[in-house]
Amino acid sequence: MSSTVDPSNTVVPDVETAVPSDTPPTPPPPPQPKQPVEVLYCAVCTLPTEYCEFGSSLTRCKEWLQKSHPDLYEQYYSEEGLQAKLGTLSLEAQSKLEKDVAKKEAKAEAKADAAHKKKMESQVTIKRIERNKRKFVTSVHGLEAFNVDLKKAAKLFAQKFATGSSVTKNPQGQDEIIVQGDVSEEILDMISDEVGVLKGVPEDNVQLVEEKKKKGGD
Amino acid sequence: MFKKFSPSTDVSGQTILKSSVQRSIRSSLLAQFNIDAETLEQIWPKKEPLTLVKCQELGLHLTLVDEHSREHISIYALQGEPLLFQHFDGPFYPTLRLLHKYPDILPMVKVDRGAIRFLLAGAHMMCPGMTSAGGYLPPPEQELKAGTPVTIHAEGKTHAAAIGLTKLSTEQMRKVNKGIGVEVVSYLGDDLWSVQKI
Ligand SMILES: [Zn+2]
Repeated sequence: MSSTVDPSNTVVPDVETAVPSDTPPTPPPPPQPKQPVEVLYCAVCTLPTEYCEFGSSLTRCKEWLQKSHPDLYEQYYSEEGLQAKLGTLSLEAQSKLEKDVAKKEAKAEAKADAAHKKKMESQVTIKRIERNKRKFVTSVHGLEAFNVDLKKAAKLFAQKFATGSSVTKNPQGQDEIIVQGDVSEEILDMISDEVGVLKGVPEDNVQLVEEKKKKGGD
Repeated sequence: MFKKFSPSTDVSGQTILKSSVQRSIRSSLLAQFNIDAETLEQIWPKKEPLTLVKCQELGLHLTLVDEHSREHISIYALQGEPLLFQHFDGPFYPTLRLLHKYPDILPMVKVDRGAIRFLLAGAHMMCPGMTSAGGYLPPPEQELKAGTPVTIHAEGKTHAAAIGLTKLSTEQMRKVNKGIGVEVVSYLGDDLWSVQKI
């Protein structure tokens, strides 16, 4: 505000002093942080949407983008969009790129299919094991095939049954969960109810078995 | 640097850093990055502790030093979100997600469209990909020395595709115009990218 003060005003002191007392000089605004750029990431391949064309899921990426951001879809994949994208790349190189992407995509799909098939074939075993007379533990094997975090599942069982529960290696060197007490039916119920981290484990793939304590001399 | 990296097996421990260490990181960032104190405060508020995640046995992508150095990568996370990483006690790098939010933290080079698919497969960037019409190197008066962390942009794209370390100065890249110009340390879709929470 001082810049608007006419130098001739300086000879009239009361005007000069009146200005600051009425409106105290505002301090310079504190420096402001830069605002972050917002980037739209693809819900399918996680990359910024402009990079979907280099991923291995372009078909699904495009479906998602067309549904959720039709304007961007138009910008990227319309005739003009495709033309603009070419940049300095030759047509020949572009068609090679597209072929590679298609190949990559087919490969990724085959891989995902195989992984899914394998997953759906794997079994979860809940085993009631007799430790002593009428003392049982329950072992749960195979949950990791359905992307269940075993530590979290063990914790879930411990909380649910207020008992000891831990991840241990079985003699074959595979991880399994050992829960104190006979809770096999309850665990099966939790799986069918898709409780917490157990979500996604198909009930049909779970089997209940029993391991009797071997009697001495048998 | 982050090929075949999996947080469940490669992370050997997480520690909250002492405040003196955090202070020194903060001043290093202000010196190394093109960033002001207010913006840094917004990204990483002083009252929020930074966590150091030490990583072992990384499938090493960076050919920076030698094979034996692969375990010396540190990831710094804020509330579980990777924010920075560092190789040995080298320069700090922002993660790509941070760089997307604040694109001018690091100086930039650009590769032409033909190089993008190699870049996103983790290849180091050859000089011709940056000196060609679709590429970009800073003008001579803003020459970057060898060993400078850079953002790698891509022709026709708005957001950064990768982070690299210059192997030659940008003027040498222009002059030599062959071989590797920028080593790629992290790229879209690599295993660090996949780690959204650690
Ligand atoms: Zn995508």
